[in-house]
Amino acid sequence: MIVKIKTFGISRDILGGRDVSMELTGTSVGDLRKSLSKQFPALDKLNSLFIAVNQEYAPDEKVLSVTDEIALIPPVSGG
Amino acid sequence: MIEITEQPIVVQKVIDAASLKEAGAINTFIGTVRNQTAGKKVVKLEYEAYDAMAIAEIQKIIDRATLQWNLTGWAISHRIGTLFPGEIAVVVAVSTPHRKESFAACQFIIDSLKQTVPIWKKEFFEDGDQWVSAHP
Repeated sequence: MIVKIKTFGISRDILGGRDVSMELTGTSVGDLRKSLSKQFPALDKLNSLFIAVNQEYAPDEKVLSVTDEIALIPPVSGG
Repeated sequence: MIEITEQPIVVQKVIDAASLKEAGAINTFIGTVRNQTAGKKVVKLEYEAYDAMAIAEIQKIIDRATLQWNLTGWAISHRIGTLFPGEIAVVVAVSTPHRKESFAACQFIIDSLKQTVPIWKKEFFEDGDQWVSAHP
């Protein structure tokens, strides 16, 4: 399955684009985490990395579909 | 009112949006851009937001605050884009019947916003830049 990923903050610098397509082995948020970590080891050095699905923080068990809006949420720093 | 804006924030507009006649107190927090971080001069900040999710997450914080305190009104405005030292980055205004709750609710909202709302800032120094809080 090919998923499209929105990136923000430092995750955009690491993935090298605002919208990135990625071939995913598996179907869950946890699988996506593993693929990302393999392809972009710099993500592992962050304080935290959450994945949002359809604008909600998603747990690793969440199953993804091609129509989902997926986004990487590196450590937030608003305010 | 929840607003993510590239325009300078008009504090009075945020306060007015939080004001209701039932209120006996309005508490306003104004977050501004500091001119230094750990002794290094900050030239500017760049803020970005995942707008739709940021608004949804702010709404969740408001919903939690509404359950905990008797809010009569509230308004939050967060600026994005390029900001310089001294400029206003965020304004939180809450109104409640009595003052004690207004302090507690306002603090809860800004503290929560900093923890969960998908907004990011990059600090620019004279000799480089960094995404705030990204690394240990």
